Amino acid sequence: MFFWSLVLIAVGIFSSFIYGRSRIKLNSKKQGTKSKSLPTYYAQYVLMWCLFPALIVYFSWAIFQEQIIQNIVISNFEFIEGAVYNEGLLLAEIRNVANNPSFADGKSIEIINAASHYSSLRQISQISFYTSIIIIMLLGALYASQKLKPEFHAQHTIERYIQYILIFCSSVAIFTTIGIVFSLIFESLRFFAEVSIFEFLFSTEWYPFIPIREGQTAAEGSFGAVPIFAGTFLVMVVAMCVAVPLGLLTAIYLAEYASQRVRKTVKPLLEILAGIPTIVYGFFAFVSVAPFVKAFGQSIGIDASPTSALAAGMVMGVMIIPFISSLSDDVINSVPQSLREASLGIGANKAETIKKVILPAALPGIVGAFLLAISRAIGETMIVVVAAGTAPNLTGNPFENVTTVTVQIVVALIGDQEFDNPRTLSAFALGLVLFVITLFLNIIALQIVKRYRERYE
Amino acid sequence: MNNSVAKEKIVSLRKKRSLEDMRFKYYGFTAMCLSLAVLVFLLYTIFSKGYTAFQKTIVLLEVDYNQDVLKLTPDSSDEEMEKGKFFRVKKQAIENFFPNLSKSDIKLVKKLFSINADNEIKDYFLDNPEVINTKQQIWVTAHSDVDQLLKGNSRRDVSEDRRKLNDIQLSYVDQLVEENRVKQVFNNFFFTKADSRHPEIAGVAGSFMGSLFTLFTVFILSFPIAIGASVYLEEFAPKNRITELIEVNISNLAAVPSIVFGLLGLGVLLNVFGLPRSTPLVGGSVLALMTLPTIIIACRASLKAVPPSIKEGALAVGATKTQAVFHHVVPLALPGTLTGTIIGLAQALGETAPLIMIGMIAFIPNIPTGLTEPSAALPVQIYLWVESAERGFQEKSAAAIMVILIFLFMMNAIAVFLRNRFERKW
Repeated sequence: MFFWSLVLIAVGIFSSFIYGRSRIKLNSKKQGTKSKSLPTYYAQYVLMWCLFPALIVYFSWAIFQEQIIQNIVISNFEFIEGAVYNEGLLLAEIRNVANNPSFADGKSIEIINAASHYSSLRQISQISFYTSIIIIMLLGALYASQKLKPEFHAQHTIERYIQYILIFCSSVAIFTTIGIVFSLIFESLRFFAEVSIFEFLFSTEWYPFIPIREGQTAAEGSFGAVPIFAGTFLVMVVAMCVAVPLGLLTAIYLAEYASQRVRKTVKPLLEILAGIPTIVYGFFAFVSVAPFVKAFGQSIGIDASPTSALAAGMVMGVMIIPFISSLSDDVINSVPQSLREASLGIGANKAETIKKVILPAALPGIVGAFLLAISRAIGETMIVVVAAGTAPNLTGNPFENVTTVTVQIVVALIGDQEFDNPRTLSAFALGLVLFVITLFLNIIALQIVKRYRERYE
Repeated sequence: MNNSVAKEKIVSLRKKRSLEDMRFKYYGFTAMCLSLAVLVFLLYTIFSKGYTAFQKTIVLLEVDYNQDVLKLTPDSSDEEMEKGKFFRVKKQAIENFFPNLSKSDIKLVKKLFSINADNEIKDYFLDNPEVINTKQQIWVTAHSDVDQLLKGNSRRDVSEDRRKLNDIQLSYVDQLVEENRVKQVFNNFFFTKADSRHPEIAGVAGSFMGSLFTLFTVFILSFPIAIGASVYLEEFAPKNRITELIEVNISNLAAVPSIVFGLLGLGVLLNVFGLPRSTPLVGGSVLALMTLPTIIIACRASLKAVPPSIKEGALAVGATKTQAVFHHVVPLALPGTLTGTIIGLAQALGETAPLIMIGMIAFIPNIPTGLTEPSAALPVQIYLWVESAERGFQEKSAAAIMVILIFLFMMNAIAVFLRNRFERKW
């Protein structure tokens, strides 16, 4: 369906363009006047009217077809009195039988009936999809061809349409933000309907296991996220302890001491460090750093767990080094040369100039870089998923196993996703917290950096 | 005299100060070297853990394609041959090689061979049907436990209950090695097969194709949208609050954690729009939204780099603004925008968390052939293998990391090539 509809649309594009072009030439010849715009613009006009309505139909069909068919199938399903049905499982079963007739053996008659209903609906949908696409394209072309008169300013119209398309492209970013905010808030509200927001924010017990089926005897779950926040904080602090000195000193060395040649070789190497996928850092933490931390802990008499905050944090720090060093490098470079020269001119040496003049001048920008790095560290997922633990643990000891917000989101969404269950929904509440905190940090950081830039420009 | 004391003081102070200067410089130098050392150590770890995965262990078996054992005749049709009893042939070959085995020992020895060995014996037969009723020497894949033992990745000097292979199995392995019936060859399975529960036949082909399909979706969605958005913001947008809102939005979106985009995909694309789970289509859409800000920022920079005189020249000879931009500015900025897009794609290639959210973490044992088929992706495959308890998967994960790093390296090389080849200095 996907491929052939693309072919159909491509044919539509091609023929409408040719049609528009020849039609306007014919029309202007008939009237004996020159057209107001070049023939190409009339052709583009027909093309747009042919293409865009068809695309809208195409996408809405692709998005809603399955849902509508499923709803019809379910509403016509012959439910047996007294039996309990799970809608999702039932649908999956019907779809399986419909796609693979060999699965029909041993299934109940209602399911087989529903499956044949499902496949017939799919067929109807396919046929009507193609016909409606063709009709829409023809209608669009017909409408546009009415306008193909030499006195019609096709170019102006086309340019207006192009503006609309460009505006749509730029608003995708806004739609994305709206989508993020709405999906997070909507699912979080469902979560907070079952779990009080005070329990979530201030209680210290995270035990997200809730009886999934009725009658299952399991302990009541509790959703106090404080240990998770504390774990995130601990890992972030460890990461910053590694990244800040290394990143900042590297940036200072590169900006102030290194020769042009060293800069030219080291900067791309640091970019490699920045471009390595985070799962690779996770592997590194898991295979090399975590055993090392465990052995180190044992050698100084601390019982370190195999997945510790220290291992995850250290590797995360390494990941952030290039981030901090390149941002700080920019900031240090934008300190005006005159400040350096003045300081060197009154006899200070380089280290003194850097410590007493450049760093204080660059401080706001550097703080902004740190804030961005913190937001990076908090939102980082794969390193902690692999190298930190999954069990919540309220501790300040970096050798112990802690868990983070991102890990808990992943844990809650791996496996069965039941959207009527607070365990699954808790991922969205945690995501909302994560989103708000990182957004807040970013806005502050960008403000600081912006104000700092303005000061020296 | 006073003078010389003062001089001495000055000299010592200067010495101290210049020492401090030196020390500070070396702090910076050490920090830089440490960062680079970590990079080297990281790459070394991956290489040293992963290079063995490119080899597999195979064992020579003498297989007797007896027609009675196979329950076939020389004139059997292809379909009948497909259903031949090849596992019995394998069993017989093992029994012939180690005579006088007890029943329990046969079971143990069978575990030295890969689950795929039956298929290899069968494939050999299907390729050469004339070998029926003859004895053939065939190399078949060994079990991952044997493979790991011979590569030295699992140790034999630990107590028996902590080993995958017990003492009896070890003695048989040693016997095979002594008779030169074991060798290591290039592991073609790693590049031709999809994921598997058995490390010796697990490969990256499935997840590699999944990643390609995902990247294709990202490119198709993000490249036109990013160009449109950046052309609008750079050339057409009026200076008003809405434009400012869009710009702030883009810069903030660039810093939203990737996992939140995964939640967006789950909450909106899967639950509201009902797109198919675990597919490159959904994964690519989420990653496209995620990389869009990066690409837009790069595209805007390259549009900005085109000197205004080009546009003004076009306007001066009577082009409309749209013509000036689309006929002159955009083509000149295109190499730069492509470079930015490739860098954005490289970022999307390594991204794992959003794909886990939308279900690309499911176990997919076959190679995907389309955008709407469930598939894995390279980084998620690495995650699955890292998390796996089976020893044989650890080298696979390191090898898959090498694959993804080479892939990334090539993408960046293309980006650099494009930049150097087509970038103009004005």
